[in-house]
Amino acid sequence: MTIASDEPQVASIAAPSAPPGPARRPSRLTRNRWGYAYVAPFFVLFACFSLYPFLYTAWISLHDVDLGDVDGAQWVGLANYGELLTSEFFWNAARNTLTIGVLSTVPQLAMALGLAHLLNYSLRGRTFFRVAMLLPYATSIAAATLVFGQLFGRDYGLINAGLEAVGFDRVDWEGGTWSSQLAISVIVIWRWTGYNALIYLAAMQAIPEDLYEAATLDGASRWKQFLHVTIPGLRPTILFTIVVSTIGAVQLFGEPLLFSGNGTTNGGSSNQYQTLGLLMYDQGWTNFHLGQAAATAWAMFLIILVVVGAWALLARRRARAER
Amino acid sequence: MTVTAPRPVDDAVPGSRPAPVPPRRRRRRAAGRVTQAGPLTYVLLVLTALVSVFPLYWTAVAGSHTNAEIAATPPPFLPDADLFTNIGRAMDEAPIGLALVNTIVVAGCITVGTVLCCTLAGFAFAKLRFRGNKALLGLVVGTMMVPTQLAIIPLFLLIAELEWVNQLQAVVLPTLVTAFGVFFMRQYLSSALPDELLEAGRMDGASTARIFWSIVVPVARPAMAVLAMLTFLTAWNDFFWPLIALTNENPTVQVALAGLGGGYVPDRAVIMAGTLIGTLPILVVFTVLGRHIVGGIMQGAVKG
Repeated sequence: MTIASDEPQVASIAAPSAPPGPARRPSRLTRNRWGYAYVAPFFVLFACFSLYPFLYTAWISLHDVDLGDVDGAQWVGLANYGELLTSEFFWNAARNTLTIGVLSTVPQLAMALGLAHLLNYSLRGRTFFRVAMLLPYATSIAAATLVFGQLFGRDYGLINAGLEAVGFDRVDWEGGTWSSQLAISVIVIWRWTGYNALIYLAAMQAIPEDLYEAATLDGASRWKQFLHVTIPGLRPTILFTIVVSTIGAVQLFGEPLLFSGNGTTNGGSSNQYQTLGLLMYDQGWTNFHLGQAAATAWAMFLIILVVVGAWALLARRRARAER
Repeated sequence: MTVTAPRPVDDAVPGSRPAPVPPRRRRRRAAGRVTQAGPLTYVLLVLTALVSVFPLYWTAVAGSHTNAEIAATPPPFLPDADLFTNIGRAMDEAPIGLALVNTIVVAGCITVGTVLCCTLAGFAFAKLRFRGNKALLGLVVGTMMVPTQLAIIPLFLLIAELEWVNQLQAVVLPTLVTAFGVFFMRQYLSSALPDELLEAGRMDGASTARIFWSIVVPVARPAMAVLAMLTFLTAWNDFFWPLIALTNENPTVQVALAGLGGGYVPDRAVIMAGTLIGTLPILVVFTVLGRHIVGGIMQGAVKG
C-alpha cells in the first residue's frame, strides 16, 4: 500500500514533532509535487488543442494562406488585419453581431430576473416549472434554429399565420434586416432565458434572510425590497451572466448559419444577419482565405477582451463609488 | 476576473458547504420570507413553460403531417400518423441512424474523459500546493474567454494532416478540455473535502494516487455526476467543431441536422421529422434527469 510514494514517509516523519490532531498545518502535508501529475492530463490536452491552436492562429493571421495550399503560405505582416478594417463585410458583421447581441441579451437577462423572482415563491410543482424552463437549453442550436426557421417562415410559418389572423401583414422575417435579426435573437432568448433564471434563482436563495427581515421592519414594500435587497445581492451574479452572455454573443454562429435554410454562409442575400462568427467561417471554408479568417478570429477575441474588461472596470468603479 | 465575481454569494451560504439543495430549501421555507405564490405567478409561469415547450411540440406536429396540411388555415395542432413515414424519409435523406450512434459514442467518450481530467485537476487545484498553481488556475479561468473560432483553423489543419477528417476521435480529443469543468470541480472539492480526511489518509501511509481513488473520488461523486450530465448534454449538442471535422458521411446528430436543413431537402415536414428524431433521445434523458441537472446548474452558479 505504501508503494511508489515517498511523500507519506516524509509526512509521518514530520508529524511527531507537531502536536497531534487538527491543529497541524495542513499546508505541509498537502504541499506536494504530485500536483503536477494531477493537472498534467488537462494541461497536455490544453496545450495540444487550445494553446497551440491559439498561437498558430496568430501565425496564420499574419500570412496569406489558402485552405488548399497551406505550405505555400506567404508572409504578409498585418495586411490581413488592415484589410479587415477597410472591409465593409467586417464592419457589417460587427454591426450585426452588436445589434443581435443587444437584442438577445438585454431582454433575455431581464426576463430571467423576473422569472427567477417568480420561481423563488413557494410553489406547487416547483420542479416541473424549473425543468420545463430548462428544456430549451437542452435543445441543440441546430434543432432550435430549424424549428424556429419554420415558425418564422414567410409563406407557411405559424407566426405569420398568427399575425395575419389578428389583422397584421405577413412579415418576410428572413429577408429584412431588423426582422431577421429579431428572429435570430428570439432563438437565442428562447434557449438561454431559463438557464439564466436558474442561476439568478440560486443566487437569490443565498441572500441572507435577515436583510429581508430588516427591510420589512423598515416598512419597505415588496418592490422596494426587490430593488434594494435582491438586486444588490445579485449584482455579482448579474455581472457574471452579462459577461458570459457577451462572450456567447460575440461568437454567435450556428443560428445565423442555419436560419437561412439554404446552407449558405453569407447570412442572408444582403448579409443582413451575417455575424462575425459566420463571416469567419465564410472566409475560411467558403472562400478558403485562412489568413483572413484567422485575423477575424483574433479580432473577435480582442473584442471579447475589451468588452469584458470594460464590464469589469465598470463594476469595480461602481463598487468603489458605493463604498 | 469573470469568475471571481460571484464569490461573495459563496460566502453568504452558511457554512459554505455545497450541501444538496433540498435542505437549504426546507430551511428557507421555515424562515418565513418565502411567500406563497399568487394566481398571477402561476399564470406567468405556466405561460413561460408553454413557450418553452411549444416549439418542441410543434416539431412533432409539423413532422407528422404533409406539407399541405401544415400550410392549411387554421393549422393542425395535434400530431398525426404520418410521423413514421416522414421519419423514414428523413432517415433516407440524412444518415440520422448512424448519426445517433456516433453521437452516443462521441458524447460518452467526451463525458468520461472530461470528468476524469477535470476531477484530477480540480483536486490538485483545490487541495495540493505546488509551485505555480495560482498562475495555472488563472490560465484555466482565462481560457473561458477565448472564442472557439480562435482554435478552429489549426485544429482543422491538424486533423487533415493526421487524416482524421470524418473520424470520431477528431471530435472527441479537442473537446476533452473544459475550463468550466476544472473550475467546477475545484470549487466543489475545496469546500466538500475536509483537509483532515486527506491528512488521515496520509497518516495511514496511503500514496497520493490511493488517496485520490479512495478518498477524493467518493467525496467528489455528486459533483462528478453533475459534471457528467452537463458535459454529455453539451457534447450531444455541440455544433461548430463537429460541423468542420465531420461530413455527412460520418456525422453526429447536429451535423446531420445541419445537412438536413441545408437546402437540398425541400420537404419541410421531413426536416421537422428528422429534427424530432435527432432531438428526442436527449430530451428524454433530460426529462428523466432534469431535476438533477437543474440542481447542478444552480449549485454551479452559487459555487462560481
